[in-house]
Amino acid sequence: MKYLLLVAANLRRKKLRTVLTLLSVLVGFLLYGYLGAIEVALGQGVEVAGADRLVVRHRVSIVQPLPQSYGARISRLAGVEDTMHASWFGGVYQDPRNFFAQIPVEPDRFQAMYPEYVLPAGQAEAWRRTRTGAIVGRRTADRFGWKIGDRIPIQAPIWQKKDGGNTWEFDLVGIYDGRDKGTDTTTLYLRYDYFDESRAVGKGLVGWYVVRVKDPEQAESVARAIDAEFANSPAETKTETEGAFAGAFARQIGDIGRIMRAILGAVFFTILLVAGNTMALSVRERTSELGVLKALGFSNRQVMAVVLAESGVLALAGAGAGLGLAWFLVGRGDPTGMLAVFYVPAARWAAGLALAAGLGLVAGLLPAVQAMRLRITDALRRA
Amino acid sequence: MSDNVWVSVRGVDKVFVRGSESIHVLERLSLEVRQGEFLALMGPSGSGKTTLLNLIGGLDRPTSGEIEVGGERLDGMSERRLAAWRARQVGLVFQLYHLMTALTAERNVELPLLLSPLNRLERRQHVATALALVGLKDRARHYPSQLSGGEQQRVGIARAIVTDPVLLLCDEPTGDLDRKSGDEILGLLQALNREHGKTIVMVTHDPHASARAGRTLYLNKGRLSAEMPE
Repeated sequence: MKYLLLVAANLRRKKLRTVLTLLSVLVGFLLYGYLGAIEVALGQGVEVAGADRLVVRHRVSIVQPLPQSYGARISRLAGVEDTMHASWFGGVYQDPRNFFAQIPVEPDRFQAMYPEYVLPAGQAEAWRRTRTGAIVGRRTADRFGWKIGDRIPIQAPIWQKKDGGNTWEFDLVGIYDGRDKGTDTTTLYLRYDYFDESRAVGKGLVGWYVVRVKDPEQAESVARAIDAEFANSPAETKTETEGAFAGAFARQIGDIGRIMRAILGAVFFTILLVAGNTMALSVRERTSELGVLKALGFSNRQVMAVVLAESGVLALAGAGAGLGLAWFLVGRGDPTGMLAVFYVPAARWAAGLALAAGLGLVAGLLPAVQAMRLRITDALRRA
Repeated sequence: MSDNVWVSVRGVDKVFVRGSESIHVLERLSLEVRQGEFLALMGPSGSGKTTLLNLIGGLDRPTSGEIEVGGERLDGMSERRLAAWRARQVGLVFQLYHLMTALTAERNVELPLLLSPLNRLERRQHVATALALVGLKDRARHYPSQLSGGEQQRVGIARAIVTDPVLLLCDEPTGDLDRKSGDEILGLLQALNREHGKTIVMVTHDPHASARAGRTLYLNKGRLSAEMPE
């Protein structure tokens, strides 16, 4: 602690350079935190996917429907505990920019399949009683100011009603919350029976199936059995874990995680050069002072530690400020209003601090080793 | 080593190698400095005065020979032990003061104490005493750039004595000062020698400075003599 006197004095020596280096580190870690929230949001399905759930879709594409009759056949297969189907409604509320997902499901099976969606018992009962009923997640309800009892009109470009119209109206009977922080609470779920009965085309078809397996360790063999069951049929299936399915879905707009990691990699490499340059200049400028420290009795290791501490303080201060700013901005919420979740997991903050410590160590290592190897008599001559 | 000999240099050689060239700076040099003595080392530039001072202060190692200070052999010590020894046993005063520009006078003086087990309050007390001794108590919060050359050298001396070492090694302590400031510094060193019993080895070019010492030795072509070489 007492060497902090030296560390602080050295960082104050060239204030502008220290501030600029701190800002570069700050910006890097601000990006790290903020892009982290976006990455979590886009990969949200992967993060929260149930380990015991499989998704069965058409082998060609998710947009190709499957027969509703597949449900019973899947249920009979060994290793399958439960199954439900879901479809893509793809509607628009007031404006195409107000995107959120709407999924027709069977209420009872849906609730059994997804315990992470918490719906009060009274509202669940109301959903069972109301064919035009729908439930929506807290995030979307808050976004549009919806409350139970509201009638929600949704334009459905894909699904025309039997009467020729495209406007579907749903009675909001429930608002569900997420059991976990990462649970998506943006989707609106409507009743499949009402949807199927009212649509003009596509009767008896569903978008995909969700299957709960009895033993997660048998998930792969169950998936193979499902695909074998429908092999050589007009609608062959592709079954994968929910995590893999969500990952593939997210990758439809590109491998966001990889893109962000590439951006952050470039940012951190640049920061490393900036911070390393700062430390190298700092050490070069005070070669004689480091020699004096050694002459006064500081050991080689102590001098090395002082330089490393400077680098570490610079990195940790910049990173702390950057992560703090990211935390503040992320806390203000998703600026687009379209992301299912918008937060940064605690582990990512911790990883950020570890990254900062690593950055400080790497940036300061070479100058610190140079300082350690400095010969006192050579250093004093350079004054 | 006899009882009151504090510094003993025995048969020391120092050779610097620059590329293919070897420069023999000190040749089988021997020297004894008694405790409480004020010794001036004179000689032309390049005669090896600073090299000898560096060897006595444990800042450099001899190519061969033995150096013993305060009963401890320096030539065989590890780097780590030598650093610890310097912190405890020797105070260094430099021609160019070598103060940390980013630290105030009192923080500069405190530096050697950071290596001691003293707590912050104790360090502050030692620093105040050292600064009072060199007459700079009221300049404690000033940065080196706010002090005159003479005052900076006083801070350098305060830094050298703050750990209360027996031995002070001064390399041209008045070399960068005007006559008046130089005289003040020499007076201060004399007082430290006479009143506080410090053993002082001072390298100087200046006969006026060496006249303040109790004994003067001349170094020329790597050899010591009591007579000024012609």
